[in-house]
Amino acid sequence: MVEILYFAWLRDRLGRSRETLVLPDDGVPSVRDIMDGLRRRGAAYEEVFAAGGGPIRCAINQEFAALDSPVHAGDELAFFPPMTGG
Amino acid sequence: MLVDIRVQEEGFSLDAELARLAGVGLDVGGIGLFMGLVRGDGGLAALVLEHYPGMTESMIARIVAQAGTRFGLLACTVIHRVGRLPVGAPIVLVLCAAAHRGAALEATEFVIDWLKTQAPFWKREEFPDGQGRWVAARESDEAAAARWGMDGPTES
Repeated sequence: MVEILYFAWLRDRLGRSRETLVLPDDGVPSVRDIMDGLRRRGAAYEEVFAAGGGPIRCAINQEFAALDSPVHAGDELAFFPPMTGG
Repeated sequence: MLVDIRVQEEGFSLDAELARLAGVGLDVGGIGLFMGLVRGDGGLAALVLEHYPGMTESMIARIVAQAGTRFGLLACTVIHRVGRLPVGAPIVLVLCAAAHRGAALEATEFVIDWLKTQAPFWKREEFPDGQGRWVAARESDEAAAARWGMDGPTES
């Protein structure tokens, strides 16, 4: 299982701040694989994870990650827009 | 280096924070200071800031550690507020104490430049009519961080 977190406009659009995802038994998915899977969940997901939906950053276990980073069971995977602090 | 990193809803006392760093040791010759405020342009009423608890603190800690090594800091304080902040309210405070002004001032810029692009905070603008919108990241912030000539202190 992977804990997925959403922040800022992604959370607003999806109507949730977190959810749990069961990983397939075979192979190690990448972040991109997980995004592809999420996109099939409905219109809001399609919009958030669409190729042209705007820049999305991700982190695995609170470290910045890339789209081809592997995701393992027990990981915390976060999706968020580019940061705007300070 | 004495490091103090806080992410909090409540405000802070500039006097108290400055006094604390001034008292770190006799070798402190100057303190660089940056305080960010909620700017009221475009009829803005307030900003609502959210963050990624845990990751925020660890990213700021890495930025501060890098600044400490690069500029030989004696102490550094970073306070970043979250929640709803009305126009004029302080959002962020960066204090860098060093032996000399050059290091103190440069380190302060280094910390705020990297914090803006590498610490997971997001701002939402609120207007008097109740409308709101998420602030888009600015390329000029990325450029400001990039001029330090490194990938970023938060790359693992």
